[in-house]
Amino acid sequence: MKITQISVFLENRKGRLYEICSMLGKAGINIRALTIAETESFGVLRMVVDKPAEAVELFRRNSVTANQTEVVAVEVPDKPGGLAEVLKVLSDHNVNVEYMYGFIEKFSENALLVFRFDNPEYAHQVLSQNHIKVVGQRDIKGL
Amino acid sequence: MEMTYWNRQAETMERAALEQLQIQRMRSIIAQALKTPFYQKRLSRAGITSPDQFRSLADMQRLPFTTKDDLRQNYPVGLLAVDMDEVVRIHSSSGTTGIPTVIYLTQEDLNAWTDLLARSITATGCTRKDVFQNMMSYGLFTGGLGLHYGAERVGMTVIPIGGGNTQRQVQVMKDFKTTVLHITPSYLLHIHSRLDEFGVKPGDLHLKKAFLGAEPYSENTRQKLQELFGIDAYNSYGLSEMNGPGVAFECVYKQDMHLWEDAYILEIIDPATGQVLPDGQLGEVVLTNLVRMAMPLMRYRTRDLAFVHPEPCPCGRTHRRLSRIQGRTDDMLIINGVNVFPSQIEEVIMSIPEVGTNYMIHLTRAGALDKLTVKVEIYSKMFTGDLNALEALKNKIRDRLRASITINPHIELHEPGALPAFEGKAKRVVDQREKL
Repeated sequence: MKITQISVFLENRKGRLYEICSMLGKAGINIRALTIAETESFGVLRMVVDKPAEAVELFRRNSVTANQTEVVAVEVPDKPGGLAEVLKVLSDHNVNVEYMYGFIEKFSENALLVFRFDNPEYAHQVLSQNHIKVVGQRDIKGL
Repeated sequence: MEMTYWNRQAETMERAALEQLQIQRMRSIIAQALKTPFYQKRLSRAGITSPDQFRSLADMQRLPFTTKDDLRQNYPVGLLAVDMDEVVRIHSSSGTTGIPTVIYLTQEDLNAWTDLLARSITATGCTRKDVFQNMMSYGLFTGGLGLHYGAERVGMTVIPIGGGNTQRQVQVMKDFKTTVLHITPSYLLHIHSRLDEFGVKPGDLHLKKAFLGAEPYSENTRQKLQELFGIDAYNSYGLSEMNGPGVAFECVYKQDMHLWEDAYILEIIDPATGQVLPDGQLGEVVLTNLVRMAMPLMRYRTRDLAFVHPEPCPCGRTHRRLSRIQGRTDDMLIINGVNVFPSQIEEVIMSIPEVGTNYMIHLTRAGALDKLTVKVEIYSKMFTGDLNALEALKNKIRDRLRASITINPHIELHEPGALPAFEGKAKRVVDQREKL
């Protein structure tokens, strides 16, 4: 069960992040999770939104440089050591995490994290075999 | 390939006959030039007081050079050789760098120029069936009206839209099934970057060819445009002092530009010494217009650097070919003591597929050192969302540039559309170093 992450190229310019977010806001698209990876002169905005297809179309129409990536949203017990438990399972099965970040809201009683794996299919299989809950696109929309 | 010519006799003339024609025409130009006080003085200083003294093409070297400064100092009418009543057209340079330069044409001059353009257009394989969208600006600038008249003479359907208003340009291309564009390479690159926004794919258009001109650009830019639009792009050469476009144009083989030698005498000189260089050697292009009576101009120093191919072309035209302009004697940048032409930078960045369609060159001073910053727009379709790939791209651009120009540039990556867009001639170099 994979979900769509949208990556946006951000040049280092005042107000650019605001422009992107306000574009989404005006289109009624809600950001559910977000992180920025940056270097000294540019960055990549990564986010999970409630309506990814609409966001992609919106960016295309406005000539925003964007791309879709498959990520996995994983429920992580919201308690000390909760994330470590999940990472141990992944590590034991040689699943590499490229990067990860948190959702803005909790899902049920658990925290929800976005993981980018080099091999999402295998990662998903490992997670479900170890009874770690993975959340689908439909669940995100309902958040 | 079956070749079509506009004027087969003139275009495929034997070299000996061509040179005879040049001598004959050169005599009329000298006769005409002697009517102006400027050339009277210049030519008599060189010992020439009558056209008969010009006997062979070797005598070209007896004639003095003419420079842009001469034109400026004699602005506006110092080189006019006919009565103003005979003049049917005036063109002028923009004058952004000082006093403008002006040229005059009689009806016959205009006719001869238009014919050279019809010849150039035909050499690219265009016919009266083509729809020609002329996206160069009209007015005093020679590019717009020159090609307009030439295309009409060929019988093409001409759309005199001029520059600017990108969305409308694309709509017109669709509505009238435009097949041929006349455009600056930077504007064509810009148009491509906006097609997505208009919901148009290059394949939705009917474009077959583009005539590129009015600004320098690299071979890699041409290749890129050909691939992006699926068209043949033709290189052309002209300058307002020599009437404008149509001095030299590529034929269907696109292996550099035939310079119409029945209308111009072409010389390549060493810009430092003024010595004439043999074919094949890079130097400054010097031109004499043989078919303009209103305003004779001989041995005009263009400041453009190029070389000549004397080898015959498979198209059968006997007129020698001029290489792409490699730079200008006056656009060379000196960066930390190293000579760099903007065209070298363009050549490198346009060879990298992840680079988009626009770039800028900035020069600043940091302490005692010059700092070169090259800003490039990334190609949005190559964006994967991977930060490392972007870093790698930045390093690749830097390393390739350093290998080519021996200067370590600072590279900035920008979003498509973020850098200034040019709808006419591009101004890509911003030199903010304080002049000493």
